[in-house]
Amino acid sequence: MGIKPNLRAFAAIAAAGLALTACGSSNSSNTAGGGSSCGHYNLAFLGATTGDAGALGQNMVGGIKLALDEYNKAHTDCTVGLKVSDSQGDPVKATPLATKIVQDTSIVGLIGPGFSGESLATGKTFYAAGLPSISPSATNATITQSGWTTWHRVIGNDSIQGAADVKYMEDTAGAKKIYLVHDDQDYSVGLAGFVKTALGSSMSGEDAVQQKQTDFGPTVTKVTSASPDAVFYAGYYPEGGLLCKQLRQAGYKGLFMSGDGSEDPAFVSTAGAQAAEGAVLSAPAAPAPADFNAKYKALNGKDSGLYSTQSYDAANIFLAGIEAGKTSHADMNTFIGGYDKTGVSGPIKFDSKGDISAQTIYVYKVTGGKLDTANPTLIK
Amino acid sequence: MDFGFLFSHFAELTITGLALGAIYALVALGYTMVYGVLQLINFAHSEVFMYGTFATAWVAVFVHGTTSVSQGLGGTLGLLGLCAIVAMVTSAAVALLVERLAYRPLIRRGSPKLVILISSIGASFSLAEIMGLRDKFAGWFGLQDNLESYVAQARNVYSSPVTVDPHKVFEFAGYGVTDIDLLVIGAALGMMFALDVIVRRTRLGRGIRSVAQDPEAAALMGVNSTSVIRTTFLIGGLMAGAAATLYMLRIGTTRQDAGFLIGVKAFTAAVMGGIGNLRGALIGGLLLGVMENWGSAVFGTQWKDVVTFVLLVLILLVRPTGILGESLGKARA
Repeated sequence: MGIKPNLRAFAAIAAAGLALTACGSSNSSNTAGGGSSCGHYNLAFLGATTGDAGALGQNMVGGIKLALDEYNKAHTDCTVGLKVSDSQGDPVKATPLATKIVQDTSIVGLIGPGFSGESLATGKTFYAAGLPSISPSATNATITQSGWTTWHRVIGNDSIQGAADVKYMEDTAGAKKIYLVHDDQDYSVGLAGFVKTALGSSMSGEDAVQQKQTDFGPTVTKVTSASPDAVFYAGYYPEGGLLCKQLRQAGYKGLFMSGDGSEDPAFVSTAGAQAAEGAVLSAPAAPAPADFNAKYKALNGKDSGLYSTQSYDAANIFLAGIEAGKTSHADMNTFIGGYDKTGVSGPIKFDSKGDISAQTIYVYKVTGGKLDTANPTLIK
Repeated sequence: MDFGFLFSHFAELTITGLALGAIYALVALGYTMVYGVLQLINFAHSEVFMYGTFATAWVAVFVHGTTSVSQGLGGTLGLLGLCAIVAMVTSAAVALLVERLAYRPLIRRGSPKLVILISSIGASFSLAEIMGLRDKFAGWFGLQDNLESYVAQARNVYSSPVTVDPHKVFEFAGYGVTDIDLLVIGAALGMMFALDVIVRRTRLGRGIRSVAQDPEAAALMGVNSTSVIRTTFLIGGLMAGAAATLYMLRIGTTRQDAGFLIGVKAFTAAVMGGIGNLRGALIGGLLLGVMENWGSAVFGTQWKDVVTFVLLVLILLVRPTGILGESLGKARA
């Protein structure tokens, strides 16, 4: 009986734990670009491809891969590669990855960062290095107010979405009293703030819940005692779906609305088909065109999802820049600033801050036990 | 601060808090019993609970398919019973596995407590990651298509297709008490009572108490401590499995890291009531559930954990061993 067997046993268990964790966060394939007559260019992706929001990041990588696949087939002599950095959506993990990306001289542009928190944490690094970036999905309104001239996004920001959502609840659904709930995350607080401003005196109450909370008893009590016409939830579907279900079970009859964080078919399975029926979820994104989905599925083996079209468009902007020979950071940035074309997600043109000029918000409705992703209503 | 809201909805907040607390209490039993016999915190117990929630959802998927259905409690009782049995067996099996792999080899070698503690943390991570990678494991055997409705999107939220709608049974101080509230609270209290009787009255319980009091003396008296420890894990697992089914009845969704939050709460409940003490786990669990709701009502929902942990600190300042004191052996538990 000595210390060695104990250490061995402990080491074995620790190693098993680490090994399992390691396969959980293993990187997606990094394919280097290259060809005989050109300078080995790569695009970088920074976002969550594993972890809680890993499905969203995989939607994005799928879209980028489709754009690269099409480009490389047309330019076999000078292919472009993709380097995927998995931040798991965590600003802390994203920061060192950002440093690594800006040090890689083969990278001409970044698609990402995926989420608002990591965008705020890494924006300065990318701006200081001059690396142009286009995010397919980060919607927090403050990011483009930081003066990072290399930062762009091909998606409408939360201030537009918040105002549009209130317009829908008041004008289309006829709600007079609206209760606001958010989950205290960067994204949710931002969106909830714009909803609150747009609501003004129509807001009948407000509550904040926590991420990963599953029992919303006190919130439900607060909502039902305020008896509003509509509840707006700023947050993501795991909590949003459960809140919707528990509200319905407590007898709440009004409208349930949430933003793009909840716009996912899993919202319906989380809430249960009956409770989710009639819920509306907004997103600054039109559904993917049918032929896009067919091409996407042929390459990636699964259906495209939220942010796939935006990522495809973002990658195509960089690829058009590379094709035009704008491979230095400064040239590429100027090229993006002057870009004006219609992509699969809609018309793309950037304003001076890097926000997309044509911001459109769509409302998706749960009908017949399913999130109807094909027929959204345009608010603005 | 909104005390008016607390008083005007006192019954509703208290009863939903009790239902939540009953689940905490059942999970807390696993912590408290293992602590009683080993003086060790079983960090893997949260995963024992999490496997129970998945077992419940899998049975529901197996019986009903993935199409979402809503029904009352009456029509679900049969399914619920089946879910509870499978979840209890699953959780008990996981608990025994933890004991066999993470505890027994180390206890046999006389390892320091710290090493065993870390080994249980390792077991907790491993179990959570195995659940989070179950799609990959199924892929190794080429089963990911056959098992798709069980393993797809392993790290995402997993929902039971069966939603049980609560029905109002009677009105109490302005709140319609539902059948689910009654079932959850009643089932938890019933199981606690049965366990209390087992530990106090039976031969098995005497063995558990003797090991908790003095393992060496118990061994000299012919008590097989390995078997007692195993039984303790088994009972903790059974209770966690039952808690998992009640949790799924109320909440309906789970994920591979769902055990963490419940585990922290249940552990807190065990400490609050006096760790190692069965009745303490019950009181701690119910108190924690109710305080969370009252705290949410008065200060806002995002403050509920602050309220409960401030309460925990205050209780431990006055009674360092928890409300009912510590030992499984001594406190006639």
